[in-house]
Amino acid sequence: MNQPLIKARDLHKYYPVKSGFLQADKSLQALSGASFDLYAGQTLAVVGESGCGKSTLARLLTLIENPTAGQLTLDGIDVSMAADSATKKQLRQTVQMVFQDPFGSLNPRQKIGDILQEPLIINTNMTAEQRKQEVLTMMARVGLQDEHFHRYPHMFSGGQRQRIAIARALILKPKIVVLDEPVSALDVSIQAQVLNLLIELQQEMGLAYVFISHDLSVVQHIADQVLVMYLGKPVEQGASEAVFSNPQHPYTQALLSATPQANTERKRQRIKLIGELPSPLNPPTGCTFHPRCQHATAQCKTITPEMEPRGDVSVACLLVK
Amino acid sequence: MALLDICNLSVEFATAHGALKAVDGVDLKLDEGEIVAIVGESGSGKSVAMLALMGLLPWTAKVTADRMLFDGQDLLTMSAKQRRKIIGKDISMIFQEPMTSLNPCFSVGYQISEVLAQHFGGSRRSHKARTIELLQQVGIPAAETRLKAYPHQLSGGMCQRVMIAMMIACQPKLLIADEPTTALDVTIQAQILELLVELQQANGMALVLITHDMAVVAETADRVVVQYAGQQVEQRAVKDLFENPRHPYTQALLRALPEHSQGELLNAIPGVVPGQLDRPVGCLFNPRCEHVQEHCRQTPPTRNEDILCHYPLPLAGQKP
Amino acid sequence: MTTTTATPSPAATTSQSVRQQQWREFWFYFSASKTAVAGLVFLIGVILVALFADFISPHLPAEQYREFAETPPAWMEGGQMRFFLGTDYAGRDMLSRIIHGARLSLLAGCIVVLLAASIGIFLGLVAGFKGGWVETIIMRVMDTIMAVPGLLMALVLVALLGPGLLNAMVAIAITYMPSFVRLARASTINEMNRDYVTASRVAGAGPLRLMFIRILPNCMAPLIVQGTLSFSTAILDTAALGFLGMGAQAPLPEWGTLIAENRDLMLSAPWTVTFPGIAILLAVLAINLMGDGLRDALDPKLKRS
Repeated sequence: MNQPLIKARDLHKYYPVKSGFLQADKSLQALSGASFDLYAGQTLAVVGESGCGKSTLARLLTLIENPTAGQLTLDGIDVSMAADSATKKQLRQTVQMVFQDPFGSLNPRQKIGDILQEPLIINTNMTAEQRKQEVLTMMARVGLQDEHFHRYPHMFSGGQRQRIAIARALILKPKIVVLDEPVSALDVSIQAQVLNLLIELQQEMGLAYVFISHDLSVVQHIADQVLVMYLGKPVEQGASEAVFSNPQHPYTQALLSATPQANTERKRQRIKLIGELPSPLNPPTGCTFHPRCQHATAQCKTITPEMEPRGDVSVACLLVK
Repeated sequence: MALLDICNLSVEFATAHGALKAVDGVDLKLDEGEIVAIVGESGSGKSVAMLALMGLLPWTAKVTADRMLFDGQDLLTMSAKQRRKIIGKDISMIFQEPMTSLNPCFSVGYQISEVLAQHFGGSRRSHKARTIELLQQVGIPAAETRLKAYPHQLSGGMCQRVMIAMMIACQPKLLIADEPTTALDVTIQAQILELLVELQQANGMALVLITHDMAVVAETADRVVVQYAGQQVEQRAVKDLFENPRHPYTQALLRALPEHSQGELLNAIPGVVPGQLDRPVGCLFNPRCEHVQEHCRQTPPTRNEDILCHYPLPLAGQKP
Repeated sequence: MTTTTATPSPAATTSQSVRQQQWREFWFYFSASKTAVAGLVFLIGVILVALFADFISPHLPAEQYREFAETPPAWMEGGQMRFFLGTDYAGRDMLSRIIHGARLSLLAGCIVVLLAASIGIFLGLVAGFKGGWVETIIMRVMDTIMAVPGLLMALVLVALLGPGLLNAMVAIAITYMPSFVRLARASTINEMNRDYVTASRVAGAGPLRLMFIRILPNCMAPLIVQGTLSFSTAILDTAALGFLGMGAQAPLPEWGTLIAENRDLMLSAPWTVTFPGIAILLAVLAINLMGDGLRDALDPKLKRS
């Protein structure tokens, strides 16, 4: 029974974009070609800058949107085959999500107890008493007190709201949790509390995490596997230690060197990335990273590199041998 | 003489639940050409203190200070008109959200030359030349063609560069940067921080960097002010502070960083920053402090060697 | 350890004190505007007068004291304390008629707003939530209604339905609907992009649950303000229709009708039209002032912190 909980094969998502009167509609390649396996108890970190397709991937995994192409299997069920509502319901309970902004993700007009009960009301046939018991147990587990049941979200700090959001995600006992920048809106001291909670819950419940983040120091701490993306395309993928200790793709290298570290000695040579992120509507030809890459050659402008295994990791770069 | 000299600055807001003390007795001295970072979590009053200096707080705020001198002039007794002459010319400020800090209805060239016209007068032609020069200085490629660009046509990083160009247009003596890179991507953040330091060195400006990111502080600043719940808890040279933090809060904050963790779990600080209604008696940090003693729960500490603690941690190599 | 919990403000432990706290906060922002409080006080006064009209008014509104027709107000020459604001052409006491008119005017305002708001909010919610052709149809119909001047539209509708207070209210409600639809649609679209709606979706919530239980309560603040401000214009428009003879019919002491029936006396007995006019003016002013204060208190963007 060592089957991956998530099996993603060459996932693509295009959005049509109206480009103007009498012009052909363009398509925005939000995600092109993400493949990975994720097992129970493991954490996959998806890393990249804005517009790299992290959030699109999250929307596909949480079934909010369907992939344009590619195959997604969650807990052994092929998502595109799940037509009947019973299977859909089952899939819904398998994947849950925690959002970045703890202030926007909780309905300001609902009490904590009602927020946490909602998934149970929709998906189970529990009695009111059972539901309340379930919610109180979960609240205790994430470090909230019983009396918080009747309070409104605005009375809580960011860290506590994120605990509530985590409780809501876990109340249906999912196997996979998609964490979309779960700590980036929190203060440093609270960040550590929430990360610790996530780590403990993962060990306890054997959860698989898809951890979306731009903060490499957090990713390095929590991830087992890392998927680095640039403009909707994966550029490097592999075990966390391998990627961090020996980054292969020039973009991964640049990203690592740009991340500041709390070390006053490290006045090191930064790899300077020239220029801005290109528009995903009009991506560069060949390797999408070539206009900003310091090693780019003539062939990078024409040939699109594919993900290929290089030692411990997979890299999409023509120059990495 | 120090460029900026603030002594015992406090700011109070009137709210629905009574007075809220956002800033409580902050001292800050700043020399020309110095980079000082103010670090703290949300609600630590780090932005409010600087907004108070700029006179940008709403009327519900009550600002008091023993002394508030900029370049020898007293900002407290100054009329609003005199203050406006200094603000924007000698003291400038850039904000977290570059997109919303620029007016979406005007081109960036117009917005920069408006600042020039406001403070220097002069002809349109000379403004245009100066604007192009400024845009080049902040590293915007093809500056002439960007003059007519509107903010929505530029990326976040570019907008922040335009903001910086606008703010250094009058060659200020002091630039306050309020979380200038928080909304930007990592690679762009590195570029902007580098640009700020470059400009600071080239123009001999003093730079106040407000941030919550200890790593940014470590790589940029000369001196750090750590704030907690509106109070200034420690003020030291960057290197000393990171090697040998003396306030328990600073120490805990540094230990909580993922790169300083040992083993699976992080060294989290328990509890939360006290809110308006649940301020503890004694030292404000005492409920979360691992070195807390009975005295800390009773009496608020006074500042000693720029550390607000009854029992500061020992200097390295010293017995307590 | 991560299982530490902090105690939020001790003042708020039960849901009841949460309510109280919300009210207190609301009142803090609302009472910051003196004019809004003044408007509220006056409006409460008008409502009390309307409720207890039977006890307060010195005479019956329809009772005719023929011998005292066109008596001027008490402080003018020839006035009497019995008829404090004078009498009209048929000798009916103006004060009593205005007091009873408050009832009709407030009722008309209420019904118009309730009708327009409930249908308008429903349509706006559906339009914002569904999008596509549903939205296009609803919005184009609303645009068509808005393309015709409000009072003219109401006149046409009353002409079709026949004159009368009830028909006038329905007609005015229809002309007010588009603003509610637009507002509700805009807030719905805004709320749809919030994470808590997505979270509800991930949990498997259906469209009805999302629309009415999740989204609607969060759109209420601007709608309440719009409702208050429409309330005053509804009173004005009912009065206008009454004045034109298309609204409340003659013996009913509706404020607009009062002015209409005494139109011919405008020069000889000006008090017969002045006082109903002042009543309309003050009521509308009070509601508008209160509405402004309400907007300041409910709109988070205008809040001072």
